[in-house]
Amino acid sequence: MRRNFENSFRRLGLIVVLVLLAALAVACGDTQVASNTAPAASTLPTVASSTGNTTLASGGNATTSSSSGTGVTTVAGASGTGAATSADLTAGVSKNFAGKEIRLITANHPWATGMAKLIPQFEQASGMKVKAESYFEDQLSQKLQIGLTSGSSGADVFMYRPLQEGRLFVKNGWLNDLSGQAQKATDWNWADFQDSARNTVTVDNKAYGVPLVTEREIVYYRKDLFQQAGLQPPASMDDLLAAAKKLTDPSKQQFGIVMRGQRSPAVTQFSSFLYSYGGNWEKDGKSAISSPEALSAYKTYGDLLRNYGPQGTLNMSWPQAVAIFQQGKAAMWIDADSLYTNVLDPSKSTIVDKVGYAQFPAGPGGSKPYNVTSWGIGMNQASANKDADWEFIRWATSAPVVMALQQGGLPGARSSVWNSPDGLKGFPVEYARVAQSSAKVGVGADRPAVINVGQARDIVGAPLEVSIQGGDVSAAVTEADKKFSSFLVSDK
Amino acid sequence: MAIAKGAGILRPRFRLSEWLSRHMKIVFVLPSLIFVLAMMVFPLGYTLWLSLNEWNGSSIAAPKAVGLDNFTTLFTNDTRFGDSVVRTFGFSAVAVTIEVIFGLLIALLLQGKFWGQNLIKTLLLLPMVATPVAMGMAWLLIFEPNIGLLNSLLPDLGLKPQPWLGSPQQALWCLAAVDIWQWTPMMALIIMAGLAILPEEPFEAARVDGANPLQRFFYLTLPLLMPTLIVATLLRSIDALKTFDIIYTMTKGGPQYASETINTYSYTQAFEYFALGKASSILLIFFAIVLGVSLFFIQIRKRWGVQA
Repeated sequence: MRRNFENSFRRLGLIVVLVLLAALAVACGDTQVASNTAPAASTLPTVASSTGNTTLASGGNATTSSSSGTGVTTVAGASGTGAATSADLTAGVSKNFAGKEIRLITANHPWATGMAKLIPQFEQASGMKVKAESYFEDQLSQKLQIGLTSGSSGADVFMYRPLQEGRLFVKNGWLNDLSGQAQKATDWNWADFQDSARNTVTVDNKAYGVPLVTEREIVYYRKDLFQQAGLQPPASMDDLLAAAKKLTDPSKQQFGIVMRGQRSPAVTQFSSFLYSYGGNWEKDGKSAISSPEALSAYKTYGDLLRNYGPQGTLNMSWPQAVAIFQQGKAAMWIDADSLYTNVLDPSKSTIVDKVGYAQFPAGPGGSKPYNVTSWGIGMNQASANKDADWEFIRWATSAPVVMALQQGGLPGARSSVWNSPDGLKGFPVEYARVAQSSAKVGVGADRPAVINVGQARDIVGAPLEVSIQGGDVSAAVTEADKKFSSFLVSDK
Repeated sequence: MAIAKGAGILRPRFRLSEWLSRHMKIVFVLPSLIFVLAMMVFPLGYTLWLSLNEWNGSSIAAPKAVGLDNFTTLFTNDTRFGDSVVRTFGFSAVAVTIEVIFGLLIALLLQGKFWGQNLIKTLLLLPMVATPVAMGMAWLLIFEPNIGLLNSLLPDLGLKPQPWLGSPQQALWCLAAVDIWQWTPMMALIIMAGLAILPEEPFEAARVDGANPLQRFFYLTLPLLMPTLIVATLLRSIDALKTFDIIYTMTKGGPQYASETINTYSYTQAFEYFALGKASSILLIFFAIVLGVSLFFIQIRKRWGVQA
């Protein structure tokens, strides 16, 4: 009897253990679910920025200054639009799709904040309903992947990062081809979007999205420190190195420069160094990161951070880097121009009135900052009401709306807006000048143009980590080159 | 006719309550059975199936069967995987060992009745109830090498500021420190509960026989407490092996993959590289590892159970 009892007790124990383990397996096996919820609970800049170089500060200052009735003036040079823009932001919106509902999924980005304020006007003019949801950058990516993988039509219209996910989404059949609609809508004027921006959303000659936000790599510098040291903003790589050296004073906890050092996030900011040294990621479809030009770029990036940068840059993405700059501990910060609201926010920054902006310094290959479309808007291939979706996209990217958003400080992609003095109102004067001149010489990509961008960034970013630590850069580059070559073969 | 009528009498009409009471066993078990099937067996089976395929989530290209390729690549041609396994064990071993020791010390310190005991117990709980991601963010600021709290305190103690999470040598151990900070209280609470139920008599006898406190601890408390310690270690080890949130928020596995564990590596494979097949195979191996660790502890517990 006792033995029997013991046996059944043991069996019960075994069952309990097995069930526990199964539960465990679910917890692990379902990393998708389990790990998603973790970042979901937070509002973290780091989480938001791992892969991209795009988001502005959470709760950024991009309030849209204009609303209906402000009278957005017509933009000169917008060929095709003529003088059609009225005071109303919703001119041209039809009532054809009244009663339809659109589900819009956005990143937690100033574009979404600005859009949220304008959407009621669109709803009123069109009679449609727009249900908007927003997520942090990385979660958005996962959310979209999971939603789109399951083929559900839950999301109709969504924000995406053309350079990070665009090719993958196209390859997987998640994005609807918008070329037809874009060509047909002459008053909307597809040609008004900057060439580089249109190229970014175009894959195999088809437009899979409409550019929303553009950005360029620029130098943020401390006017006061440069003046004290009798320095001009750096025009060349040599200037940059010299200025960084001169302005580094560890005894005062002051560093010449701060930039991202985390492997993957740093890749995009390294790209302008690579281009300006005359290098590139690929040449004729083969890896080019072991070229002498690329090697010099890798070395310079690492030298700058190792010799003239603060401690611990290896774990810095932009939020950590900008914090150092905000605290007045670095004389220069090189990163995306779309992040400028961070240094101008008096609640976070101690150097609001001391910041200057300069174009990316020229290397042996000239000054070649990236000029990219960091965010675009796309349509789900599986969406049930594509015409209604297009009605929304067309409105959200129309010249008056882009003008309104850009006046709120959000750099858009329409040439007409950039060419109009009104379009520059929202920016500091020097900033607007630098953004414009950077756009003229800019390169349309800030990372390898591949399908599996995440993996590519890890590969080409590895030599950066070695360089920052002062290791053997040539060996690291050779190894990364080998990996990148075989990656390019498999990434088809 | 008569036969048909007779059959009708023999077969009574279907009554739900009767059916239910006759199949009580199945009916009562059914909800949990469905739950287990839907939430545990299916995901596990799907992961198993996915691990034998290569798929990036495409709606156009179906998963491609690759047999055991994912596994062979992991074991023969992927140093990141091997390193992450070693790291996972190193991290867990260090964190759990220190947690057990600290937990035991705290529990012994708080043994017995004293004023403010409940307050201290409540305070102890605080690190546990905080959201791990929020904790990660807070610790990220503390570890910040230039404007962080820790490095601003070190010079006062005559120590040199450290790069902490920015150093491949230190990153993993900083994370272990956070884990220790967060989970030592749980250890202390479990051990306190274990201490509370220890029998009084052996201690009284030992005291009468003149055993000093150290002897009482090593010859009585520790052996009697062993089953509790083993259970606590088992639970904590499984959790430590699975640590994800603080690593993801604080280092994302960097620098130079120096804090990448099995869990974060599989996450990277799935959500950064879109290699769902490979990610699944990593998770299956991880599952086997956790299973092995659990069985190991259960064996130990059996041994101790017999002796005690």
